[in-house]
Amino acid sequence: MATNVTQQGLGRSPPRHSDFAGLEPGSAGGRHSPRRGLARLEGAESLERGLGWFSIGLGAAAVAAPRAVCWLSGLRSPSLMRLFGTREVAAGIGILMQRDRAPWLWSRVVGDTFDLAVLSVALARRGRRGRAAAALAAVAGVTALDVLAAVRLTGSRAGRTIPGVSGRADIYLERSIAVSKSPGECYRFWRSFENLPRFMQSLESVRQLDERRSRWVAKGPMAARLEWTSEITADRPGEELAWRTLDDSGAANAGSVKFEAAPAGRGTIVRVSLHYSPLGGTLGAGLVRLLGHDPQSRIREDLRRFKQVIETGEIATTRGQPTGRRSLFGRVTQQWGLTS
Amino acid sequence: MKANVWYGRERLRVENVPDPKILNPRDAIVRITSTAICGSDLHIFDGYIPGMLPGDILGHEFMGEVVEVGPEVRNLKVGDRVVNPFPISCGACFFCQQSLYSLCENSNPNAWLAEKLWGHSPAGLFGYSHLLGGYAGGQAQYARIPFADVGPLKVPENLSDEQVLFLSDVFPTGYMAAEQCGIRQGDTVAVWGCGPVGLFAIKSARLLGAERVIAIDRFPARLRKASQWAEAETLNYAQVDVAEALEVMTGGRGPDACIDAVGMEGHAHGAFGGYDRLKQALMLESDRPPALRQALTTCRNGGTVSIPGVYGGFVDKIPFGAVVNKALTVRSGQTHVQRYLKPLLELIEKGSIDPSFVVTHRLRLEDAPRGYRMFRDKQDSCIKVVLKPWADVPTVEADEVTESGRILH
Repeated sequence: MATNVTQQGLGRSPPRHSDFAGLEPGSAGGRHSPRRGLARLEGAESLERGLGWFSIGLGAAAVAAPRAVCWLSGLRSPSLMRLFGTREVAAGIGILMQRDRAPWLWSRVVGDTFDLAVLSVALARRGRRGRAAAALAAVAGVTALDVLAAVRLTGSRAGRTIPGVSGRADIYLERSIAVSKSPGECYRFWRSFENLPRFMQSLESVRQLDERRSRWVAKGPMAARLEWTSEITADRPGEELAWRTLDDSGAANAGSVKFEAAPAGRGTIVRVSLHYSPLGGTLGAGLVRLLGHDPQSRIREDLRRFKQVIETGEIATTRGQPTGRRSLFGRVTQQWGLTS
Repeated sequence: MKANVWYGRERLRVENVPDPKILNPRDAIVRITSTAICGSDLHIFDGYIPGMLPGDILGHEFMGEVVEVGPEVRNLKVGDRVVNPFPISCGACFFCQQSLYSLCENSNPNAWLAEKLWGHSPAGLFGYSHLLGGYAGGQAQYARIPFADVGPLKVPENLSDEQVLFLSDVFPTGYMAAEQCGIRQGDTVAVWGCGPVGLFAIKSARLLGAERVIAIDRFPARLRKASQWAEAETLNYAQVDVAEALEVMTGGRGPDACIDAVGMEGHAHGAFGGYDRLKQALMLESDRPPALRQALTTCRNGGTVSIPGVYGGFVDKIPFGAVVNKALTVRSGQTHVQRYLKPLLELIEKGSIDPSFVVTHRLRLEDAPRGYRMFRDKQDSCIKVVLKPWADVPTVEADEVTESGRILH
């Protein structure tokens, strides 16, 4: 789960919700969380970087001297070798330069598989068998390392298992938006929980049970209906609201919304932080992401809608306006991606 | 109702679609009496604007009569005659409060999409791609206007549609372009492109006190308009070297301000022209900027380059060194139309300007696809096409046709 904690939170450590049973925000989270970064510098990271440079080195050799590399590996086609080289260089650059390396490592694994197939064919032919066999062994070794690094990285991306909450990943998110209303107005609007479904898209209803507890109903991924009870853990009028869930309902979360006065009367910075387990574990999170409704942008969109409702009294929409004949692609795009 | 619908590059169809409905409390519905084709619509027609979906209704320059208002619209009533600004603005956000209406934070339902391309999203616009909200446009018989308590301006009955229609876009756009030049007494302003926006920029520069205005184009009819209507000096870039001519005309110093009213589909002769066409065709560059390049290099030291022309994405070989080393000020933006509506209406009422002079062609809405082609190819000296959504038969009387105007049926 690629969360932009550093981007939005300006590199601060996420706050701890000590009352959120057994969860340590800093230890799980996205791979850009500060602690994760430090831990990853040792070991795993050096393997990835090594593979990156190896990829570039081998690729450069194959591009610059395709005949020599062909001779060494018992292959015949220098032009094919050049293509291999280009692919290797691209994968290497991807691994070294991109924030998200996992896809590039997986691209190496795919490439390795292809190379193994080509070398196997070469091995089956007569002549140059010795060198082809040696090359096959070498590629097999590198493949093992690639798989190791890719699996390790993907595993760490998906998040770790939280003790006591089996099989679910743990995520910490923070998002903010500037609103041209006073902190008091923003707080009061948010504190009236019946307002929340107006701007939180997945929320169906919130019912106040007593002073501190409320009952929430939401539509989860794949049309699943979720209900949970939430408790207010901090309530400072005009400044902050914090909550946590009380029951383990598959929607365990703790979070807060802070209303910070922007300088020179520029309204309020509304800052939401959320620490939670995605519905249905990693598979669920993957599906949610696939549908373009990853939690990060969901919070961003919900905050945008909060701003629209409180500033203008309505949410901008085009749903229901006339159009010409939409193609299937157009209808799907509009349904899933565009237009709230 | 009938509407002009986009189905792809150079594929428009005028067809029947459902009537618009009130969707939000601050909406209004207008019955459109006049609507125009904008130069920026041609970028959509030519397929250079990303984020269009087949089935989108085009058009952002329109006016008409209010036929329905939402419960929160208190300043308009059914029957009011209004002209509508092309940006959709809430009037309440950080930017609207500073009169930067085209940057409204609350009117683009697809803001996240625009953020992917530009970092932040501007306001939603009528009929101008899903990047900018995907709102149905006004080349139709009716349109829904969101935030109708902020945008539309009531116009007096004694002014004709064509006198006020261009308050929706091209007049304020040309005016803002000139205003951004910070014109002082004695200034020379050079304007690239003598389409409607360029012509309004030229006229506005005059109104704002420019000593000389130099109009640059390659179509004699357009240059003639510029010189007749706004006393501009003219340069035909197909015949003269513009950079050299500007040097000679300004004592070697260059124009005090330059306005690029051309935008992303500029034409140029020679190597650079071919280079841009090739790169754009290969999708290595989204926009062709020859006018912008020339404006930056010919502008005087410490001068201002104002860009009302539309650019959508990426341009190449921009002489940014000229910006730094000549201490240029570069200003641009989609027009904050709402800011200019009242002052410019006053200019029209006083008789300082009659915007209807740009109109060369009046067509029925059904003829919109033909109108786009004529406008793009400058057939028949076309400068501005006004569409009449309710004209079933050729309605425009012969005596309403201006000197260069013509009705085509």
